[in-house]
Amino acid sequence: MKLTKTLLATTALTLASGTAFADGHMASDMTLVSWGGAYQSSQQNAYVAPYLEMNEGVSAVWDESSAEAVAKLRAMNEAGSVTWDVVDVVAADAIRLCDEGLALEIDPDEDLAAAPDGTSAADDFGDLLVSDCFIPQIVYSTTFGYRTDLVGDTAPTSVCAVFDTEAYPGKRSLEKRPINNMEWALLCDGVAKDNVYDVLATEEGQQQALDKLATIKDDVIWWSAGADTPQLLADGEVVMGSTYNGRLFAAIEEQKQPIGMLWDAQVFDLDGWIIPTGLSPEREARARDFIKFATDTQRLADQAKYISYGPARASSAPLVGQHAELGIDMAPHMPTDPNNAQNTFLYNYEFWADYRDDIDAKFQAWLAQ
Amino acid sequence: MAEMMLAADGTPLKRSLARALRRQKLRALGLIAPLLIFVLITFIVPIASMLFRSVENQIVENTLPMTVEALADWDPNAGKTPSEAVYEALYFDMFLAAEAKRHTRLGTRLNYEQTGVSSLFRQSGRALDDIGKETQKPLEKLNNAWKDGETWHGIFNTTDNTDTALLDLQRKRVAALTGSPASDEVNFAPDATLSNLLPRTTRAYTAWAVYTATQQGRDPATRDPWEAVATALALDLRTADLSAYSGPGADLLAEAQTADLPVPAMATAFADMDEDWAGATVWKTIQTHSSTYTSGYFLNAVDAQKTPDGVAWQPDDKQILLKLFGRTIWMSLLITFSCIALGYPIAWLLANLPMRQANLLLILVLLPFWTSLLVRTSAWKVMLQQQGVINDVLVWIGLVGDGDRLIMINNQFGTIVAMTHILLPFMILPMYSVMQTIPPSYLRAAKSLGATNWTAFWRVYFPQSVPGIGAGSILVFILSIGYYITPEIVGGTKGVFISNRIAYHISSSLNWGLAAALGTILLAAVLVLYWAYDKIVGIDNVKLG
Repeated sequence: MKLTKTLLATTALTLASGTAFADGHMASDMTLVSWGGAYQSSQQNAYVAPYLEMNEGVSAVWDESSAEAVAKLRAMNEAGSVTWDVVDVVAADAIRLCDEGLALEIDPDEDLAAAPDGTSAADDFGDLLVSDCFIPQIVYSTTFGYRTDLVGDTAPTSVCAVFDTEAYPGKRSLEKRPINNMEWALLCDGVAKDNVYDVLATEEGQQQALDKLATIKDDVIWWSAGADTPQLLADGEVVMGSTYNGRLFAAIEEQKQPIGMLWDAQVFDLDGWIIPTGLSPEREARARDFIKFATDTQRLADQAKYISYGPARASSAPLVGQHAELGIDMAPHMPTDPNNAQNTFLYNYEFWADYRDDIDAKFQAWLAQ
Repeated sequence: MAEMMLAADGTPLKRSLARALRRQKLRALGLIAPLLIFVLITFIVPIASMLFRSVENQIVENTLPMTVEALADWDPNAGKTPSEAVYEALYFDMFLAAEAKRHTRLGTRLNYEQTGVSSLFRQSGRALDDIGKETQKPLEKLNNAWKDGETWHGIFNTTDNTDTALLDLQRKRVAALTGSPASDEVNFAPDATLSNLLPRTTRAYTAWAVYTATQQGRDPATRDPWEAVATALALDLRTADLSAYSGPGADLLAEAQTADLPVPAMATAFADMDEDWAGATVWKTIQTHSSTYTSGYFLNAVDAQKTPDGVAWQPDDKQILLKLFGRTIWMSLLITFSCIALGYPIAWLLANLPMRQANLLLILVLLPFWTSLLVRTSAWKVMLQQQGVINDVLVWIGLVGDGDRLIMINNQFGTIVAMTHILLPFMILPMYSVMQTIPPSYLRAAKSLGATNWTAFWRVYFPQSVPGIGAGSILVFILSIGYYITPEIVGGTKGVFISNRIAYHISSSLNWGLAAALGTILLAAVLVLYWAYDKIVGIDNVKLG
């Protein structure tokens, strides 16, 4: 038994060192797909630039198509020519890509780097490995920001302030889709946090959530791009609105807008890499090599210097330092910071994979009424 | 009877003429051939194949071929779950599909019809191996030889007595499932004798061998078959009469038969996996949507659905698409009319001003046309929002109180204003080019004959400008009916169009069948309106210049 293990370990090592030196078997250019904007430049700074420096002769180009990644990958796959090597997607999309057979399955312990203290990658990422194909990079959250000058003397501390138009009159902005909104509505309608998805799985529960949202329907501006809410807040069009926490960070700290963060009932979600299926062996090898480097402990911690999203590895958290330009401590701005994470949700992937079509149809019909 | 006319060379003149004409036509065709082929390849074919998705539904029978066949006799209204044979078929179908990672794709497809199927399929795919292990382990314990891939290959492979039909069928099945050809050399030929004696096992082994060889490029002779083959063997051995069989592996098979291997009860096993399998709902969904071509997407596109009992309306709280179709057409008409109202005077000015001023004005008309669509739409946002330019001005001059600023965006008004502005050049340009051709002397003639200004315009000028209005209206209407980005940005909830739902189904829900059905309906609506226009106004009356 012991002998077999040793043998296996040696073989694995030989294989590993084999790939490390087999640079000639890897493609020399990559197409990386991401979201553009501040997020993409945080990736460029934290690991793409260092990777290209380490590997002379390798070049990388960006394609800012993450928002349509699933549809485009499906079309590429059907056409039989996949031109992307590594694709940044949210976890829900990674699950769908995996379901459709459009993303490669990853073995975390083999394909990803272990933590510096020797913890295996699988343990280091822990529960965040929500799909067999998904390599998480960051934890972000969808949460509320409010205009500090428009909310009066008492700043909101609970997500239910969104539904309280008496204490906080004015418009609010919510995303034009049921996900997150339905959960918040139920939560503020007296449903216990642990029961939210059980309730939402029933017709009555869905109606209850829509009824709760109906109480503020006339006061809502519905957004579909993450940049909308910060803009609406900056213009004073809304008193509060939901968006991604990084967008709010940029509005508050970089653009110095009078906006406050409402972390209560923030919804955690994950963003990470997938490798598409159907790549040539050379390109696949390059993609794997890049992913292994880009998601190691130090690289993920480095990313937090440029954007206020939490690194997906437990071992990266203590290494999070200061913002590269503003010089402020980044830890208190992370959605995962204990002060901010007192009341949180984790996006329920399984639930929404099943109920998305159904509830979305109802939600859109309700919106159009 | 008249004498037939002959050409110089003696052939009938008619035929000779026809030949010359044909040659001419061919030459003309040859000249436009590059363009024709280009349009066909880059335009017609992709659109046709996209629209074809609205009826295409092979995925169900490609993924679960045996289940669909076995389920055909099941009566969904009898209140019973299907027979054990159906569950058995499902097990073998699902096993292969899960190996090829295609079961989740079907789960996504069926989830459009029945909420919950997506996770049901995903979880069942993972749990399938456990069923197989129940028989595989005792079998391997019974005799170590079963662990060896070569044993299996030795038993089921043949050199002279091939069941070609079975092999071809499995090749087709794997090819249909994976969408990639399965015609490579397999290094395995199913034995016809065993195919009679042990039908399930031979079928399962052949499917595995074909899959392993053609999709994974491995030699089935040296590899272990997957668990489903062991399960199939246990199922077969319950009833198989092997007394006359003396081919390879006869002792092994006899030994296994006497050992009384545990046989999983498939219905129970699936019910344990997920209680949904023990209910009739999911089976009804599979049965209802198992046909190769389906009207389901078109029904969904008009707020109806396919049920086991025929066509039914969607529940009230999910009906939205018909309303959106109506809204799209109604608002497009409004936009077209506002374009006519705003564009006509400008086109008239353009046509009647001296050249220098007309050119300047034309540049002003074209300037927004050259600006990015997104910039123009966002500019309207800045203008129209409650803290925007127009509201600020109104508050400043005291027309509107600060507390009740006008709501001009994120509603139908916003969409109509922004789209009218964006589409205006498409109305002005054809009108202008038509008006340019109307001689000013006509108006003067009318007036000199005693017409008032209005009569001269209405009876003489306007009728001649109608072709320009027609061309502009068709352009604007057809463009606006398919508009997407402007309604998305300024339309709020009441100002969005059907194209926003099409975009949602293409890029977010991935329900391309429904998106294709919606697109086809939209296309048909445009064609009908075009036809109606031709009947009422006459398409000959359309001029672009």
